[in-house]
Amino acid sequence: MSTADQPRDTLSTGLARRIIPCLDVRDGQVVKGVQFRDHRVMGDIVELATRYSAEGADELVFYDITASPEGRSVDRDWVERVAEVIDIPFCVAGGIRSVEEAREVLRSGADKVSINTPAVNDPDLVDRLADAFGSQCVVVGIDSIQQDGRWTTRQMTGDPDRMSATGLDTLEWIQAATARGAGEIVLNCMSSDGTRDGYDLAQLAAARAVCTVPLIASGGAGTAEHFIEVFRQADVDGALAATVFHSGALPIAALKSTLADAGIRVRPC
Amino acid sequence: MSLAIIDSGGANIASVMFALRRLGAEPVFTADAAVIQRADRVILPGVGAAAAAMTRLREHGLVDTIRALAQPVLGICLGMQLLYESSEEGDVECLGIVPGRLARLPAAPDRRVPHMGWSRTTVVSDDSLLAGLDDEPWFYFVHSFAAPINEHTVATGRHGVRFTAITRRDNFHGAQFHPERSAGAGAQLLKNFLETT
Repeated sequence: MSTADQPRDTLSTGLARRIIPCLDVRDGQVVKGVQFRDHRVMGDIVELATRYSAEGADELVFYDITASPEGRSVDRDWVERVAEVIDIPFCVAGGIRSVEEAREVLRSGADKVSINTPAVNDPDLVDRLADAFGSQCVVVGIDSIQQDGRWTTRQMTGDPDRMSATGLDTLEWIQAATARGAGEIVLNCMSSDGTRDGYDLAQLAAARAVCTVPLIASGGAGTAEHFIEVFRQADVDGALAATVFHSGALPIAALKSTLADAGIRVRPC
Repeated sequence: MSLAIIDSGGANIASVMFALRRLGAEPVFTADAAVIQRADRVILPGVGAAAAAMTRLREHGLVDTIRALAQPVLGICLGMQLLYESSEEGDVECLGIVPGRLARLPAAPDRRVPHMGWSRTTVVSDDSLLAGLDDEPWFYFVHSFAAPINEHTVATGRHGVRFTAITRRDNFHGAQFHPERSAGAGAQLLKNFLETT
């Protein structure tokens, strides 16, 4: 029996597993597609952020899906509007390519910045961000898919026509990014993204084995059982999901109650 | 009521300002000793490394100013750590208001460092800062170094070791977590601080 099968209360930490709604942002609206295509509008950013904060979400991630492909950085106006109203931590991702761009986002009230494509293109950016703000502010997001029997990274995932293989081995990249100062890894398993068939447990467990910082699962959540599985079997620190929350299919309070009953420690709503 | 937030460096100050404004306060962000001395309440925030923050406080001539404050003071996260005598992080001398030395949290395969996320604390002594909260409130933590438990400990946390989550010595309070990011429990703690006498 692994430690992940035991109630978290038996471990020597007060930490809860985190439930993290992800809000994909395009043109000031929250959108969500299936396997990175066919985005449709889900609602207003501040409205959804306020709702999730009040419902018991532990943290929010805002991902500007159009930022990197169009060669522009995050529109910062909404970052400050979100920071003004919510009282839980949040992370901003999308097109942050420099220490200065990250500084602006953090100044606006974000707690962390997440970098994906720019980190692959310029791995030293991870070091520079960690030096400037501390590892706790620096999240490295990884879009990963299985190919020829191993997991490899993809980038430019906001625009399917411009998506490209980067040739990095996912597990090696996790270790390299962490060594450079990444304080958290969000692993988005692309083959399960948007399917609601469950997280990619095999890939996440493999990532967990090499990842020495907090690891967040992303892609595939459809039911409360999927969250139980990913915490028990992949020992991730948090689980991120979008559609299942935006659609109202799985209210956060109900999810947390189910997790608590299964012996997984969560922060009460 | 006037409220000064000490500029100790670090980019992430907006969330503290917004949290206090939501409670009706009008915080002033400053490194001006005179403004800090005159304020009814003082908050010492901080994100980043202890050595950089102490260097900044020294450059602004604020070390003795802070030590001499008689009004309620709240250190948040690194700001709380700076209240202690010293830190293992960069082997730096801090303000020395609360006895003790910060030590790095021990990592383990099933216990990552930094201690990052929502973590349950245990209240070990009555304090006005905790009015209206239950005995095991949840707060949002992000830290790699932690303060020892001593006679000034008000609440403890645990991550490999037990450590001080909230400290109080006379008019000086410290919170290792981020009350500005700790939902209702954090807002209640900040409100209590604003109303403390």
